[in-house]
Amino acid sequence: MSATLERDGVATAPRVSVPRGYRFELVKLVSQWRIRLLVLACWLAPGLFVAGVSRQSTLPTDTLFGRWMHATAWAGPLVMLGFAGTWALPLLISVVAGDVFASEDRLGTWRHLLVAVRSPGRIFVAKSLACLTVIVLLVAGPAWSSTVGGLLTVGDHPLTGLDGHLLAPGDAARRVLLAWICALAPTLALAAIGLLGSVALGRSPMGLLLPPLFALAMSVAQLLPLPVCVRLALPGYAFTSWNGLFTSPAQLGPLLIGVAVGLVWAVLATVLAYLLFLRRDFTNPAHDGSGRRAVTLGLLPLAGLTALTVAIVAVATPSTGSGIERGKVERSLATAFAHLYRLQTGQLHRPAVTEARLRATASCTKSAGQGAQEGAGNDWRCVVNWHLPGVAVTGTAVYQLDVGSDGRFVADGDGPKEVNGYFLVRTPTGDAPNPLWQFDGNVELLGTTSKG
Amino acid sequence: MDALHAVRARGITKCFGDVVALDQVDLEVTRGHIHGLVGPNGAGKTTLLGLLLGLAVADSGRLEILGTPVERALAGPDGVAGFVDGPGLYPSLTARQNLTALAALRGQDARTAGVDDVLDQVGLTDVADDRARGFSLGMRQRLGLAAVLLVRPRLLVLDEPSNGLDPAGKRHVHGVLTRLAADGTTVVLSSHRMDDLEALCSEVTILATGRVVFSGPLNGLAAVSRELDYRVRTSDPRAARRLAAGTAGIRTVDDPGVRQDAEFLVVRARVPALDELVVKLVRSGIAVRELAPVVSPLEAAFLALTEQRSDGRSVAGERDHAGAPGERPGAATARTGQRDDATARTERQEAGR
Repeated sequence: MSATLERDGVATAPRVSVPRGYRFELVKLVSQWRIRLLVLACWLAPGLFVAGVSRQSTLPTDTLFGRWMHATAWAGPLVMLGFAGTWALPLLISVVAGDVFASEDRLGTWRHLLVAVRSPGRIFVAKSLACLTVIVLLVAGPAWSSTVGGLLTVGDHPLTGLDGHLLAPGDAARRVLLAWICALAPTLALAAIGLLGSVALGRSPMGLLLPPLFALAMSVAQLLPLPVCVRLALPGYAFTSWNGLFTSPAQLGPLLIGVAVGLVWAVLATVLAYLLFLRRDFTNPAHDGSGRRAVTLGLLPLAGLTALTVAIVAVATPSTGSGIERGKVERSLATAFAHLYRLQTGQLHRPAVTEARLRATASCTKSAGQGAQEGAGNDWRCVVNWHLPGVAVTGTAVYQLDVGSDGRFVADGDGPKEVNGYFLVRTPTGDAPNPLWQFDGNVELLGTTSKG
Repeated sequence: MDALHAVRARGITKCFGDVVALDQVDLEVTRGHIHGLVGPNGAGKTTLLGLLLGLAVADSGRLEILGTPVERALAGPDGVAGFVDGPGLYPSLTARQNLTALAALRGQDARTAGVDDVLDQVGLTDVADDRARGFSLGMRQRLGLAAVLLVRPRLLVLDEPSNGLDPAGKRHVHGVLTRLAADGTTVVLSSHRMDDLEALCSEVTILATGRVVFSGPLNGLAAVSRELDYRVRTSDPRAARRLAAGTAGIRTVDDPGVRQDAEFLVVRARVPALDELVVKLVRSGIAVRELAPVVSPLEAAFLALTEQRSDGRSVAGERDHAGAPGERPGAATARTGQRDDATARTERQEAGR
């Protein structure tokens, strides 16, 4: 609420309250055609995409959960989340957060706004809240839209998790929602980076490009063979670590660390943007942003935060290497195989078995046993053994594994044909996709090799 | 509390790094008057207007606005409105939406804030629902004026409000400003359009390189204007030229910068000598069909006081080149600056008398 201050009997100009400033900023944002179009696209396009792709014979198998899009509605929102975290959200954020302050520079409206509101601090808060509102709207759109698109075309069926176990539709829905909520943390970090760039770089296009460039750098970093403590300390890691929600038990350690790091980045970058904004001299005609010095002042604390986070994660967790060790790969593959074997058994109408009775184990080597048996690469070869109840013979299946540096792997069956060597299995009702032929899995980077 | 002056500034200095934007500026603006602020580019006009709007505070000096000392940025008294560096408008909003959003910032709706009324005052009712994106500069200026009128200001601060206005728009804006002043609102405006300032202002302040070189009523400029060039159109230009040559205090001007025309005679004179020439012309049976200054008195004073010529060359620049052999140009300029200060002080005192 605005207040008129009395000093020596003379009224000073009232400062505009944050709620009024927020409404003002929201009106300005929503009046822009590009924002309206983005909101519309976010609330429609993902649903259409999921509906279309789910009916195709060719599925986006290179995307996590893409191979399950024909089977359940809950795969669609996860495919969209993987795509959004890498490409869509950084671009959307750059249009909103990267431009929210720079647009006033471009339009030459700063002085007008300051005279009207009479408080740079309140302007900053109002702009940030309006920006946050639009970003949440943009994030909620794909989640809602892709879910609806999937439900309408595929239906509410169980989802196969990253370790092969089946999630009941209700459980899958809760985890999908949680995954999108967790992705808000790195989204907010990117938005805060956008605000910082918008404040520090003024009308320079670099301010607008900062969120996508930053996100690209984070994506590239995740592809590099970095130590786990560095990987987890990067603000974009929660765009990947939501994968851990789809294993049993859930891999919560990396997820919580990723979310916490994202939120700390969001807070620090916002505070830095706020301080830079308050220091700005709006009467100086040569000042259209905070310039190089401010960029340095903005970047150094964030670099310091990265170093501090790396140190904390390194001390708090046992993993300092790549986190991808032979024992963990073997355990993850064997677990996923056992779950999916049960699924295949059901497809073939064979007598049901349990994972415990299968006693599946895997034996893996990297680079044919040459060199260190750990780390990412597509040169992992594994042999899975399992026991069938009542049969003396031990089953054997071979897999080639392509393990990413983030712990995600794709297991490609190498035979025998009846088990995992062919993409279809012949069921009493006809041919069906073979769940053991190719599947996704996840190695928990923070986990230990000891079997629990 | 100063009941006479809406603005009272004493020794205002404002620097941006090494650049001194305002240097010991004194300013008094009488309540209910329209006060013009003129000066060459970079003279400090926008900085001074920014201080009046509360966008910044002076590094030193004392500033009172509407009787209230201003000590912090954006903490000036209520009732001050205006714009510097053009009106702040959002192109994606219509004219009405721009004003309604501003009114909502102050907790008012469009009706109680009088959005339609101010649109009507500036002549934008017909385009009220058009997006500001398509507005011409003149329309934007008028919409900016409408925006500040929403505040019902007691002190209106405008930077170049006539920029881009067509004659009809200018008439609207002049009418609005004149009515506001008649109702007791004080208006401080900057402009490079001397005709606008002469038509609107009762007082002017001339700034040059951050210093006040004149401040006072417009008619006080006559004292510093000295001789002016006048264009005289008569029924017999040859005879008129002969008469002018024989009149004390009159010089005919053949300046290539002044438009030459067979029908016109351009003379340089003070007002009394010009009066004498007119009397002589009439007595000689020569009809005076037109008599007007080549440049307005305000413009002449502006050029004289800011050391500029109408051809764009600065006197200081000429003196630079005329410096002693082997002397750095800067040294000549510095000396010139010292003498200019003394000259300006004398002229101010003269004008004040």
